[in-house]
Amino acid sequence: MILLQLYYEFFKTGLFSIGGGLATLPFLQDMAVRTGWFTQAELTDMVAVSEATPGPLGVNMATYVGYTTAGLPGAVLATLGLITPAIIIILLIASFLRNYRHNKYVEAVFYGLRPASVALIAVSGFSVAVMTLLNVDSFAASLSLLDLFKWPAVILAVVLLILTRWLKPTKKLHPIVFILASAVVGIVFNFAGV
Amino acid sequence: MVSLFTLFITFAKIGLMMFGGGYAMLPILQREIVEDKRWATEEEMNDYFAIGQCTPGIIAVNTATFIGQKQRGIWGGIFATLGVVFPSLVIITILAGLIHNFADLPIVKNAFAGIRVCVCVLIFNAIGKLWRSAMIDRFALLIFCLVFFAALATDFSPVWFILFAALAGVVLKNMGEVKK
Repeated sequence: MILLQLYYEFFKTGLFSIGGGLATLPFLQDMAVRTGWFTQAELTDMVAVSEATPGPLGVNMATYVGYTTAGLPGAVLATLGLITPAIIIILLIASFLRNYRHNKYVEAVFYGLRPASVALIAVSGFSVAVMTLLNVDSFAASLSLLDLFKWPAVILAVVLLILTRWLKPTKKLHPIVFILASAVVGIVFNFAGV
Repeated sequence: MVSLFTLFITFAKIGLMMFGGGYAMLPILQREIVEDKRWATEEEMNDYFAIGQCTPGIIAVNTATFIGQKQRGIWGGIFATLGVVFPSLVIITILAGLIHNFADLPIVKNAFAGIRVCVCVLIFNAIGKLWRSAMIDRFALLIFCLVFFAALATDFSPVWFILFAALAGVVLKNMGEVKK
């Protein structure tokens, strides 16, 4: 019974969280209160863990909650519950697009959607960049430009930018190479300050 | 023809590399799917991301379903999607017992502070590639600017911006045809 309930609860979360990533958070908070399967503190931990492991928050949370409430079958069913609505909806859209991709109106819709999608991604990238590269708090306190930037992060960003965009031998490397190298730099130079 | 197993393995590999959550998987998807496997064009990728932002579910999952479906129909979509979530399922199940400590370890914190910088740069590069397929004229640039500043200044759900842009696309395209 608990397995069905896990599937059902995460199915609902998957159905209503639109936009991905942190969009699942309010639904998970609500689930914590209603079911008692996990606490708010565990949820906060999971946000941190999701930033520290590959994989999206929603999937990680479903796996974790499923595992702690009903073991491995729970982990599998909760995760499947979360992704079932998306699979169904996308399969429907994909078969629609197969037939109507070259319809005048569908093309017009995508003509409008593409720049909007890039804009939404840019906004999200912008807020990650502000968080990662700038010290807004200490700048507000001192108003000194030297305090505005997290210098080690800025230097790493500039180096990565050069390596990924302009230097021929490194430009074509797989992104994961840069991700792992940055992890090493973060550890060696104590990026988190802990 | 691509086998279901290849779809599963390819997306499991992508799932394993999706550090940093959210849009961090964009550059990985562009590299693996567009440049290496050539299962989709830059433009199709942009369409999938756009749809992913206004439908339920995680964008990486939605994109996996799309690409899998394109290669091998419904089962392709299902296998690709199971592939992309498989690494998370394994990693989190293993970590479930020590989850509280894991994220607090100094070495983990430092590593991810470094990774976040890299993710910023990679997203910036990914946007550059998407930009080329999206900004085909002045109107597209106008839609970009409107959505960018509106999303920065307000807390509306992305769904509204996507609906607005779809409508704007239809109106602008038809206006263009009337002028011709």
